[in-house]
Amino acid sequence: MKKKLVSALLCATMAVSLLAGCGSSSEAPATDEPAAEAPAEDAEAPAEDAEAPAADAGAGQVYYLNFKPEVDEVWQSLATQYTEETGVPVKVVTAASGSYEQTLMSEIANSEAPTLFQINGPIGYQNWKDYCADLKDTDLYSWLLDKSLAVEGDDGGVYGIPYVVEGFGIIYNDAIMQKYFAMDGAKAASIDDIKNFDTLKAVVEDMQAKKDDLGIEGVFASTSLTPGEDWRWQTHLANVPVFYEFKDKDITDTDALEFTYSDNYKNIFDLYINNSCTAPGLLGSKSVDDSMAEFALGQAAMVQNGNWAWAQISGVDGNVVNQEDVKFLPIYTGISGEESQGLCTGTENFFSINSQASAEDQAASIAFVEWLFSSDTGKAAVTNDLGFIAPFNTFSDDEKPTDPLAQEVIRYMADSSKTSVAWNFTSFPSQQFKDDFGAALLEYASGSLTWDDVKALVVEEWATEKAAIAEAAE
Amino acid sequence: MQKTLKRYFPIFVLPTLIAFSFAFIIPFVMGVYLSFCKFKTITNAQFIGFDNYIKIFANKDFINAFGFTVKFSILAILTINIFAFALAMALTRKMAGTNLFRTVFFMPNLIGGIILGYIWQQMINAVLLKYETTLVANATYGFIGLVVLMNWQMIGYMMIIYIAGLQNVPTELIEAAKIDGATSWQTLIKVKIPMVMPSITICLFLTVSNCFKLFDQNLALTSGAPSKKTAMLALDIYNTFYGRSGFEGVGQAKAVLFFIIVAIIALSQLALTRSKEVEQ
Repeated sequence: MKKKLVSALLCATMAVSLLAGCGSSSEAPATDEPAAEAPAEDAEAPAEDAEAPAADAGAGQVYYLNFKPEVDEVWQSLATQYTEETGVPVKVVTAASGSYEQTLMSEIANSEAPTLFQINGPIGYQNWKDYCADLKDTDLYSWLLDKSLAVEGDDGGVYGIPYVVEGFGIIYNDAIMQKYFAMDGAKAASIDDIKNFDTLKAVVEDMQAKKDDLGIEGVFASTSLTPGEDWRWQTHLANVPVFYEFKDKDITDTDALEFTYSDNYKNIFDLYINNSCTAPGLLGSKSVDDSMAEFALGQAAMVQNGNWAWAQISGVDGNVVNQEDVKFLPIYTGISGEESQGLCTGTENFFSINSQASAEDQAASIAFVEWLFSSDTGKAAVTNDLGFIAPFNTFSDDEKPTDPLAQEVIRYMADSSKTSVAWNFTSFPSQQFKDDFGAALLEYASGSLTWDDVKALVVEEWATEKAAIAEAAE
Repeated sequence: MQKTLKRYFPIFVLPTLIAFSFAFIIPFVMGVYLSFCKFKTITNAQFIGFDNYIKIFANKDFINAFGFTVKFSILAILTINIFAFALAMALTRKMAGTNLFRTVFFMPNLIGGIILGYIWQQMINAVLLKYETTLVANATYGFIGLVVLMNWQMIGYMMIIYIAGLQNVPTELIEAAKIDGATSWQTLIKVKIPMVMPSITICLFLTVSNCFKLFDQNLALTSGAPSKKTAMLALDIYNTFYGRSGFEGVGQAKAVLFFIIVAIIALSQLALTRSKEVEQ
């Protein structure tokens, strides 16, 4: 009898644990859909209309899978506004930070798949080409200022349209810098003197030594190396040496990276981790939010990030940084000729329309994006709320964002004596490569890997991941 | 009565069977099929044979994850069961507050794995802060952290099962052993443990399968850092599936292989411990 009971119990627990296993794997992405209650559609659109994508957009609906959690609210309110104006239902779902690809992958398999999503450049297009519609005939493409920015397929079609130009560099707090320049024995007289890595290093190390007088805890905010929070280093910072390597070889992509400028990467990375408000061994517990907060609270004088970070800086409670004090410095790494280097500007945000969505939905999605970048409401939201520097000719000069970092990006781009560093990281092989690189940086920071190990790993991973991607694409 | 029951058997079983098919059998069969396919989403799969299974071993990730999982499981299963049994022994004595203690020890089991993982990450990092290092700096820290975390979570549950087993050991047997002059150690080894063998079977089964399938805690605590050295099998499968484009099929193949491994281990463990059970 007892045995029977036990076996019954065992069966029950087994079933329960199996179910539990199933349950946990189906965790849905965080969906919040304010405007989602789609009014009953009259889906019976005439078949003729369905052929022409530019046709009746009113019959379709839009489902946008948003990439940046920090601007989720803006997108939600834009969706509501658009629905109020046109009656077309717009649903915006935001993928959790760092999980866009996963979310897109599971969402696009649904019957209610995203109609509008984004890819991150040529590599992203390779992954999603089965789902990207040709946008060559859209108004949006015709508005694009620099058509070379768009993602083109082998057949000459346009499959991704960039909707924002962004820039990143070293953000500094001018108030702290002025305080330093005013000190006796300052290594530079003004920010204009910092034109290369040697000066930057001298200034930073001197500032670190005088940090108590400056009232800061360290020159650089934490080099966040928590897995998933390390994109500023394995992607953005890595862009600089890769850019120069590509430039030397006059290529835009390669199957075998030599990482010739790895020592330059080490230069700046060492400077970051050794002159920071956090000890190198502790960097594995820091997130991007942590470092932006340190900067916003005046505990650090510099932080590497892009113009999108302004929202984060100004949003920190108790923020002591004045808007006019937030400025950009290019990332100097000790490469010869870097005096004329500008910020890293480019984009990895391309809109794509789901080619497997119904024609009405595709048309509705295109109409939504075109509304966004041409109507006054849309443009105002793009410039002021999203803070985008939109690369379209529909924007006049007075419709540029006013946030200080975007202004800085525009200033650097307009300065003809500076050469912008292009965003070559869009050709980095895969997320896996970036993650492995980030993990190696973490181990380097905590002392369990040497720099040579890191360099070897980057070179090797680049080659294997490029090969894996080529194989997968076959 | 029996006849009617038999006649209506299919009708009574049907609802559960349907639910079970939808929630388990169909996804499972599809999953096995997909492991032989190249696919981006499950709707555009394309049959390619055994390629995915070959690719599993193209890099060392799966093997490393397997090694780590085995190492972790052995240590965790031993410690969890030993501590749980010891606690059960202690809490079946007549002493004040046993019910309170039982409740307290059981409580961690009610908290979800993800939350536990983050809580422990914070706690361990707070301690390591003194030594200017973090949990993810060294794979050993992550390993120990995981073992401690699993112990903390599962001991209570196993303890309850052992308590139930121990309370069912007939007092006549223990008295008889006492009269025969057995020491308390001998009573434990020769009488109590054989009598609670069914509980041991359940506890071992639960700990083995839970340790091998561990995902939430692993993801939350270290997420495999540093450099995938603390990634267990389930996390490796997840990373393969979602982390690299074009590797969805490989991830699926890993999952099927994983299922086979866990099934073999759990079933052989069951057979082994069941054979040691004694009929009262």
